[in-house]
Order: sequence, then C-alpha cells, then structure tokens
Amino acid sequence: MQTYHAGKYDIAVIGAGHAGIEAALASARLGCKTAIFTINMDAVGNCPCNPSIGGTAKGHLVREIDALGGEMGKTADEAFLQMRMLNRGKGPAVHSLRGQIDRLKYAAIMKHKLELQQNLELRQAEITDIRRTDDSDYPWELTTQMGAVFTFKKVIIATGTYLGGRIFVGEVSYEGGPDGTFAATRFGKSLRDLGLSIRRFKTGTPARVLRSSIDFSELDVQCGDEPPEPFSFETENLGENKVVCHISWTNEKTKKIILDNIHRSPLYGGMIEGIGPRYCPSLEDKIMRFADKERHQLFIEPCGENTEEMYLQGMSSSLPEEVQLQFYHTIKGLENAVVMRPAYAIEYDCVDPLSLDATLQFKDFAGLYGAGQFNGSSGYEEAAAQGLVAGVNAALSVKGQEPMILERSGSYIGTLIDDLITKGANEPYRMMTSRSEYRLVLRQDNADKRLTPTGRRIGLVDDIRWNNFLRKQEEIENELYRVQHTTLSPTDELNDILVSRETSKVSTGVTIADLLRRPQISYKDLSPVDKNRPDLHRSVFEQVEIEVKYAGYIKKQLDRVEQMERMQEKDLPSDIDYKEITGLRLEAQEKLNLIKPRNIAQASRISGVSPADISVLIIWLTRNQKKGGAQG
Amino acid sequence: MSEKTIAAISTAQGQGGIGIIRISGEKAIEIADKVFVAASGKRLEALEGYRASYGKVMENNEMLDEVVAIVYRAPKSFTGEDVVELCCHGGLYVTRSVLRVVLENGAVLAEPGEFTKRAFLNGKMDLSEAQAVMDIISAQSRQAVRCAVSTRTGALKKRIDDIKNDLVSLAGHLCAWADFPEEDIPEVTEDAITEILETAKEKITKLLSEYETGQAVIHGIDTVIAGRPNVGKSTLMNLLSGFDKSIVTEIAGTTRDVVEETVIVGDVTLRLCDTAGIRDTDNPVEKIGVDRTKERLSTCSLVLAVFDSSQELTDEDIKLIESLEDVPSIAIINKTDLERKLDINTISKKIKHIVYISAINGDGKQELTDAIAEVSGTKNFDPCAGILSGERQRAAAQKAQNSVIEAHNTLSSGYSFDAVTVCVEDAIDALLELTGENVSDAVVDDVFHSFCVGK
Repeated sequence: MQTYHAGKYDIAVIGAGHAGIEAALASARLGCKTAIFTINMDAVGNCPCNPSIGGTAKGHLVREIDALGGEMGKTADEAFLQMRMLNRGKGPAVHSLRGQIDRLKYAAIMKHKLELQQNLELRQAEITDIRRTDDSDYPWELTTQMGAVFTFKKVIIATGTYLGGRIFVGEVSYEGGPDGTFAATRFGKSLRDLGLSIRRFKTGTPARVLRSSIDFSELDVQCGDEPPEPFSFETENLGENKVVCHISWTNEKTKKIILDNIHRSPLYGGMIEGIGPRYCPSLEDKIMRFADKERHQLFIEPCGENTEEMYLQGMSSSLPEEVQLQFYHTIKGLENAVVMRPAYAIEYDCVDPLSLDATLQFKDFAGLYGAGQFNGSSGYEEAAAQGLVAGVNAALSVKGQEPMILERSGSYIGTLIDDLITKGANEPYRMMTSRSEYRLVLRQDNADKRLTPTGRRIGLVDDIRWNNFLRKQEEIENELYRVQHTTLSPTDELNDILVSRETSKVSTGVTIADLLRRPQISYKDLSPVDKNRPDLHRSVFEQVEIEVKYAGYIKKQLDRVEQMERMQEKDLPSDIDYKEITGLRLEAQEKLNLIKPRNIAQASRISGVSPADISVLIIWLTRNQKKGGAQG
Repeated sequence: MSEKTIAAISTAQGQGGIGIIRISGEKAIEIADKVFVAASGKRLEALEGYRASYGKVMENNEMLDEVVAIVYRAPKSFTGEDVVELCCHGGLYVTRSVLRVVLENGAVLAEPGEFTKRAFLNGKMDLSEAQAVMDIISAQSRQAVRCAVSTRTGALKKRIDDIKNDLVSLAGHLCAWADFPEEDIPEVTEDAITEILETAKEKITKLLSEYETGQAVIHGIDTVIAGRPNVGKSTLMNLLSGFDKSIVTEIAGTTRDVVEETVIVGDVTLRLCDTAGIRDTDNPVEKIGVDRTKERLSTCSLVLAVFDSSQELTDEDIKLIESLEDVPSIAIINKTDLERKLDINTISKKIKHIVYISAINGDGKQELTDAIAEVSGTKNFDPCAGILSGERQRAAAQKAQNSVIEAHNTLSSGYSFDAVTVCVEDAIDALLELTGENVSDAVVDDVFHSFCVGK
C-alpha cells in the first residue's frame, strides 16, 4: 500500500470512547499536541451499553475524575435525564450517584468538546500498524488503513471492544465493534508482533425495545431524587429530572425458555473463549448460576429525549434473536415488545494489566500507554478514570515532569489502577466500594478535597475553580469549628426535637457536634434550635455532618491510611533483579520480577509474596540504602 | 519515626531477681511518665539519656511496684529509638501487671524479635548481622510451612477459619448489598447481623478463655489456701503434697511472692500459698498479714477455703466466705471424721463447690482433684483441640474480639451499616493476622516475630 507521512505529534490516542476522550483532553489541556483517532466519527463518546453514568463506586470514580479536572462528570450533568443517589440509607461510605443520561446528547457534547479543544485533532481512521522508529524524539509510528503515517512521542491505546471485536448472537457470529460499527481487525496483530501479551475478554449488552410497544401500566416506577444532585463539583444547578424508569421481573416462563435453549448460547455452547465479568452477568448466566431463584429484576430505562429506544437493564444475553423475542414476551409489560436492537455478546482483545506500571505505561515499552477496556476493565467510568491517568502521565512525561501517581489510600482511581497492575484481571474489572479498604475516607462527597489539589498541581484546575475549592474547604473548616464550639441550651424545644427523633433528652448545655454524633440526629433536625447557622451550600453541611458523626470510624481508617503510607515510603527501585536477592522464595522472585512493585506497600499486596518475603525485602532495602547512600 | 511504641518484658520470665519492662518508640517516655511516679517528683521527660530515676508504678492510684526507670534517648539506645526500661522486683505477677499498665497507656505489645528488628532498621547492626537475619528469615518461612500442616496448628486454624468464615460471609453480604443495590439482594437484617456477631464473640471468648486455661496448665494456677488458724490448712497442704511427693519443689520466692509450693493435682499444677486468717485486729504486724491476705484473695486464680467440720462457723469464717463471692473457689470441709457442728448452708449459698475431706484417713482426695479440675477449667480442656499459643496470638484474638464488640455496639447504637462493615473487616483482619494469612501492612511487622538475633 502507498503510504504518506502525515505529521508529527506529541501524543496519539487510539480510540475515542470514554478512556480516549479523557486521555486526549488531558493531554491537550496540558499543552501537548495531540491526535485522537476513532474508527467512526459518529461513535465518539458512545455509550453502547447502559444509558447511565455512575452507580455504586462508579459514581465515586466520576466525582474523582471531575475533581482532577476531567470531563465525564460535567458532560453527564449536561446530558442528564434523572439523578439518583444510591444507598442513601446505608451510610456515607457507600452513597453513590447514578445519572440516567441522554446517550446521543452525551456523545454529541463530548465530540464537540474534542473538536473545540486547542492542541487536539480528532480524526476518523483505523490504526492498522504500530512500529518503533529510530527517532528518539518521536519513537512511535502509527499507520492508518488509508496509508497515513504519523509519528509520536507517546501513544495511548484505548481501543475498548473494537480491537479484534467479534459479535455473538446465538449461532450468528461476525467481526464487528459495538452498535454496528466495524471492528479494528489488523491492529491486534501489530500489537502481538510488537510483543504485547494479548488475550480475549467478553462482555455483552441487552436489547433495546420500542417505548410504545411496552405496557407500563402495571410496572413499578422509579423516580429520581428531588432535587437532583450533579456529578460535577462545578455544576451549579441541574434543573428537574426529566424521565422515570420502570421495574419488571422475569418469571418461571422466562426461565424455562432460557433453559430449553441454553445449548444455543455461544457461551454455554463453547463458541466464546473470552472471559466475561461475574459482576455483569447475562440473564442466562444468572439463571444457570442461581438456579433456585425464581425471578430476576429488570429496569426499563429511556435512552434519550429524542429517541423511543428503551434499554432493558439486567437482560444482557447472547441467545439467538428468536429466543430473545420469546423470553422478552414472557415478561410483564413486554408481552408485545418490539425489539429494535437485539442483545449481543462481544469478544475483544485486551492486555494483561500486570504489564503496566502505575502511570499506565507499559513497563517494557517506554512511551506506550494503555487505558480502559484494553487494560482489562469494564465500564465507562473505569475507562474514563484510566484515560485521564494515562493522558496526564503521557503529557507530564513529554514535559519532563514528575508523574501523577494516585495511591489506593487516596482514591478509588488509585485503587482501580493498583488492583489492575498488582493483582491483574482474570475477568473484566469492575469497581465496587468493597474493593476499597478505606471507603469511609474515600467518599464521593469529599472527592474534591482529596484530589483537586492534585488536579491543580498538574495544571487541570483553573484559578476560578481553585478559588472556589479553597473557599469551600475554608467554609467546612469554619463550620466544623462552629459546631464543636457552639453550645445549645437544654430547652424544651431542643428536647422535643430529640424525643421526636427517639433519642434521649439533655439536661445541660450540649454542643451541636455532640448532638450530631448521635446517629438519630441530622443537621436538618437541629435547624430550629441552631439559630446562628450560617447560610452555606448543602455540600458543606453534608461533609461537616459526616466528619462529625463518623469521626471515630474515620479515625480508624485514617490510622490504616497512615500505616499504608509508611509502607509506601519504602520505595523499591525498578531495576532490581529479584533473582539476586537471597532469602526470597522462588515464587516471590518471579512475581516481583514480573510486577516490579513501586514500593513495599504494593509488594505486600502481590499474591504469592509472603510476609517473610516482605521482611527480606525490607532488610535488603535497608542494607542497600546503608551501603549505597542515595541509591534506591 | 512514626512507628508504634512497643513494650515487652525483656528479661527471662520467671523468678529472676529483677524483671525489666522495655518500652521503645516515639512515645516511650511519654507513656512511661503516665505510669511512673518518681520519688523526686521529677518527670522522666525532664531527664537526659542514660539517667535513672527511682519511684513507683501506679495503677488507679495504687502502687503496683517500686521500680527504677532508666531513660535512653534516641539514637543512643539498643533500638536507636527513645527507650525507657522499668526495672521491677521480678516475680511473674508483678512484672506482668506493670507491662499491662504500660500497654493500657498506649504502648503495643512488642513481637518477639521486634526490638532487634528495630535495632536493625535503625542502623544499630552491621552488615554481616544483616545477612544472618535474612538467612534466618528464609529458613524460618520454610519451617513455618511445615508447622502449618501440623495437627495442632491445623486444629487452631480450623477453629479460627470457622469464626472468620462467618464474619467474611457477613461482610460479603453487607458489601454485595451495598454494591448491588438494584440486584435484588436480600436485605441484611439487624437481627441476622447481631446473631453472627454474638456467635463470633462467643467463639472468640472461648478461644481466649482456653488460652488462659492452657496457660494455667503450663505455668500453674496461683492458688491460695485460706482459713482461720487450726482449721487444718497445713494438713491440707500435706495432703496435697502427698499427691506426688517427688514433684513438690521449693520456689525461690521473693519478699513479694508468697508462692510456697508447687504441687500437681491430677493434671493441674497448683502454685500454693498459705495465708494469715482474716480478722479484725489492732496488732500492726498482724494487720499487714491480714491486708496481704485480702490482696492475695482478690488476685489469685483459685482459693481453697478450709473450714472445720467439728466447729460452728465463726465471724472470721463468715468474713472469708463473703470475700470469696466473685473468686473461683472451693470450700473444703475438714475433719469429717469428727462430729459435724458446721452449718453447711451458709457456705453453700456463696460457694458452689464443696468438698469433704479427712486429712487423717485420706478421704476426699479424688473429690478434691475433680473439683479443682472443674473450677480451673482444665476438666474439659483438650490440649489437642487447637489453642492459641503465645501472647502474639492472644493479642490478635483479643483485637478481633474488640472489633466484634465494637461492630455490635455500632449496630445497636443505630449507625449505618457501612460503619458496622468497617468494624467487621477489622475483626477479619485480626483473625487473618492470627493465622498468618494476612499480607497486609500490619503483618509486615509481624514477620519478625519468631527470630531473635544480634542481642
């Protein structure tokens, strides 16, 4: 094929899904000349699965991305249809925001943001080849299917499910990307030739059905919160929720149809080799694995304001189309459903994330980064979080600056990346609150406090936002001081409130903080007697209340964070050959050489590295430091 | 340096001339000042390094022992950190009590080898010693693997896994319920959580109490023989000694340690001490004896209260009975060969276990043996059942217990489940630490527990 040289850029981003978008925006905003490639210009920022952003732990990720200066939260706010804070009754650690969004609007806004971004070029092209050059300034070369050859300082791969994508619907199977797009068919071979270890994962999505064919009359309605809370710390006001969702259930008939046809599922028939996520199972998975369960819940969610497509959350399947139709029609409300797009499974290429470091750069390929599903994760939010980290680090590296490494003790993003690069992924990795051992500290409400200073340091937080942030933190401090030092008298009014909340009366003056510490008492309860309460944003009150009420538990977790940080301080140089450290067991030597942990804390989380091995490492480090002075 | 401040008894435990409690770490001096009151009134923080101070270790305004405190300032100490050594008068009981007070005031119990480890990490050991440390650790990890498959460790692990699995499934359920709010996961009820926590608490309590029993089996039970003069205490002493004459040993006691004899009764070792009777007296010398008896009665692990069957209860007997209400005790009715005048009912109201003996013809030996086994908990004690071994394991079990109790309190005071989950996870961590499976940060400190070099 005739090729031509198409130009030099600092950074290439391959793929314009949720990972690619954050990577490209961050890189361009940090001043790097960036090119982002998409296989289909109309699929930029596509949400090929659920029409929603956030959810448990994912909502935390969106807030963290926003706090660092990423885009996902703002765009989700702009395209929002309905907001719900999940787990309200289960405690602040597990509160998670989820927004139903207009997926077409979301994609359009994101595409427009890329188009308007300075330093950024958005191009439709399938990358077919990657090659190392002899030019040390521009060591990476990408070739498109049209023969354009670009050179780059850094390349970020964010290919999602497009890379080697293969669709399965029953016995039908063909090469393809999500939502009827083309798959990237040649790039995978080029990556294998380069020496990356590529493997196959699979995921799936449910059907979309026509709204007017659904009978909503007997279905439960799920409404949004009033007032709806935004994702972004910068969004002032969202307005009102625009849609409702509906709930229905599968039944014995549904189950029977699926069981009768299970041999026609490509997964159970052995056609799919890729490993699917346990956490996002297809309906046939749920029925096979939880055989005694009589029914499964499904949510019917609108895909947008200007479309009649409805998403059947919880009904992912790879059974043949006619079997799908049969079982949808057994479900209450869907008896006459018209399926606009059938459910399908998709299998795709991804890498073993153990080959990445904490900046998401390949350990063996300087200047090459991975993000999103390519790294073995699942979910828009997980992808966006990694895209941001890869984009920021590629840019910082171009600029010769220190990398941005987020620790697991400080964020869900750090936890996500640490899990991927330390434990690897045996199935598509989904974020969950239970993955964080610090979840009372890493809350979605304080993501700005935890991460905006980092966003500021790297250059993604402008002056206006920074000043707003500082003011909010000051308000929180002041209000904390006020509630701890303001005494309320034991008036009848106060005691009436206490009794009405089923907690004991007081006979002497008591500080507001003392009362807030009672689980039964909220800020709002005390407003009639708290006469001098300043007029502050509800997010300020929320944080003060949590900090006061959960002080003892937060302290416990902070102690753990501190312990972890001590171990993080013990750096392990990346050029250690662990085979040469006597005393380490063979398995530990191999795992350590593979993963190359940054410090003792990360090493201690590697499976196959025992406490005894860790002691040997500490001793080795100490000896090394004594011997070599600055070394290590 | 932000490591925890550690403390331990650093002399061989037993009947040495003195016992030293060593405290090392950032807060060593601060903690020592909380428990130590110098005769001069001068606080330890006012002292330079290598200075000693004479005074008392206090607990709740009561003196535990007279000690000499020696202050070492970092880096000039064994560990390279601030160190305080409290030199007590020896005797297991006193030394342990002082350690307990130190731990209650903010120090954590040092792992075996931890002082050495700190000495090493703070550059107090040379390179050849460092190599030796590494060799020992690698050898020990192989040994640990062998130990793990031994029956006894296996039995303990099974018991702990049993507790842990319940808590893990509770935590798992709570997490799933929080992580998948719309997946139709059955709600976790407060009652269900309470039940699991209570079961876990019971099981850990059992582990802990068996540890105490095990300690009693190994080290002997502090036993007081009490009773007014001439009821037959010395006869009883002789009777007990007669169980196995060859085992009777003289203990090199100190002025404080009143242990006079160690005897083995059945499977149980008793460390016996005789006491003065309890009665009101104006005689200053006798009063000291009476006070000491009262103190002994409140601190020992078993009281053998001796009464004379042939006489009516005296005021003194009644005072003794009343003082034994919360103390593990056995009433021994002596002189059953004579005509009974004693009112047994008054005794049996307060003391559950009553044994009749006649020291002269040897009646009641077996009954006494059985009663001792029952009261001391050794009757149903199976050393192969998997018991905690060593203070490190006990401390981890205690930590798990505390977290389970905290989870329970958190739940019952109305906090949200995420706070409960945090406590449950702490408990699981402590149990994992106990079985050596936890590769978390806390365990890094833990690894050094079994080696001791460079001293």
